[in-house]
Amino acid sequence: MMRIACPNCGLRDEREFAYGGEAHIDRPELDCDDQAWEEYLFLRANPKGEHAERWVHVHGCGVWFNLIRHTETHEVVAVYVMGVARP
Amino acid sequence: MSRYSAFALLRNWLGGNTDWDPVWRSPEPASSYDVIIIGAGGHGLATAYHLAKHYRPGRIAVIDKGWLGGGNTGRNTTIVRSDYFYKESADFYDHSLRLYASLSQELNFNIMYSARGILNLAHSRHEVDFQRRIVNAMQLNGIHAELLGREEVLKFCPVLNGDPNARFPIYGAMRQKRGGTVRHDAVAWGYARAADALGVDILQNTEVTGFRRDISGGVQGVETSKGFIGATKVGIATAGHSSVVAQMAGFRLPVASYGLQAFVSEPVKPVLHTVIGSAVIGSYCSQSDKGGIVCGGGIDPYPSFAQRGSAATMEKVLAGIVQLVPTFSSLRLLRQWAGIVDYTADSSPIIDRSPVPGIYLNVGWGGGGFKAIPAGGEAFAHLIAKDEPHPLTTAFGLQRFRDGALIDEAAAAGIEH
Repeated sequence: MMRIACPNCGLRDEREFAYGGEAHIDRPELDCDDQAWEEYLFLRANPKGEHAERWVHVHGCGVWFNLIRHTETHEVVAVYVMGVARP
Repeated sequence: MSRYSAFALLRNWLGGNTDWDPVWRSPEPASSYDVIIIGAGGHGLATAYHLAKHYRPGRIAVIDKGWLGGGNTGRNTTIVRSDYFYKESADFYDHSLRLYASLSQELNFNIMYSARGILNLAHSRHEVDFQRRIVNAMQLNGIHAELLGREEVLKFCPVLNGDPNARFPIYGAMRQKRGGTVRHDAVAWGYARAADALGVDILQNTEVTGFRRDISGGVQGVETSKGFIGATKVGIATAGHSSVVAQMAGFRLPVASYGLQAFVSEPVKPVLHTVIGSAVIGSYCSQSDKGGIVCGGGIDPYPSFAQRGSAATMEKVLAGIVQLVPTFSSLRLLRQWAGIVDYTADSSPIIDRSPVPGIYLNVGWGGGGFKAIPAGGEAFAHLIAKDEPHPLTTAFGLQRFRDGALIDEAAAAGIEH
């Protein structure tokens, strides 16, 4: 069982959380071209290694936050609040 | 390649079984090939087989960082079916199912296709309505499927939980009779043996570490753990690791990789003669010929390249199996494993040219790649040989993500794949 440190509630089991996709993806202006829209909607880093991603403590305080997790070891390297640049 | 037959069995038995040929060679890499396929799973081996048999593009190699059939082809729940909603998917997957039906003869290797039928259960009036829509779509696509009422379901499969007050009561089911199971390892081994006999070099334990490209950007070959191997056409059939290989070639793919788990119980006497599943519960199972109950369910809920799986998902899937068949609660699991699957946004595959000239893609199968192996190999061989999509896969290109022309089976057929 993976354990994640919620910024509010501390270390909890993964089943209390929900994954919310890759972090730091900005929506382009609505008059952007098809390529920029495709990149925004579909193209992802999907690394075998450290991945910046959004999670929500859905069965807890309900807060959204970012974390960096290794996709092969599942080790959570860093947890940080929304709106902050990737450490 | 010596042919397998009853006569060969008898002759080798009389000779003390010391005279069997190796099933495939273990050659050293040549300095270059005309076509290299990365990934010696079902799709890669089937592609090499079809290339060598029908297109003869010259020398062909299939290279893999591990052993052949050691990835998802050897890690799935062996189910084959074609219960899709859109015509593009139905045509393609049903072609694959038809190829499976005659594959033992084609490859002279018993893949143990068992058309035991697939029963998808409905647990509410609304699910019955939804299944009626899917069955109608399948019939319009020329694929036989049928709806069963509650009594028919319980008569056909009495091991199911028939309690009308169950948490998930049975209202009915849809069934595809031609669906069933195939021995997964035999598919990899059968294609490997047949491709090897046609001169394909299968290079195991050879990991691709990079691509070499010429000044115009076209591919010249691959760097591997055994040195550089030249090729002007390279096919990528690496399932969950598609984005890792694409990154080496310098482009991104519209995929995300997840762990998909499967489980098998201790063997018991025959109790389940069909495949049962439930979209609402999110679990399905069948009984293998050895007697084990083979269980599967949804993907782990976050990206992963760890081939072990989440304990939370394991509990959810197995709780679902016990809902479907309460007597299975006394079974003990023998094995659990996870494969890494690359999902697209619409749960449909990508069989297309890549942004790099000479590199071709057979990726994005999600959890549905095993059933597609024969047709996937045929279509990918066509794409590599002719540099244009096979007629059955024109809708499954990369451009659809830019155009928005998705084939969204996740939404339409109500299945993750």
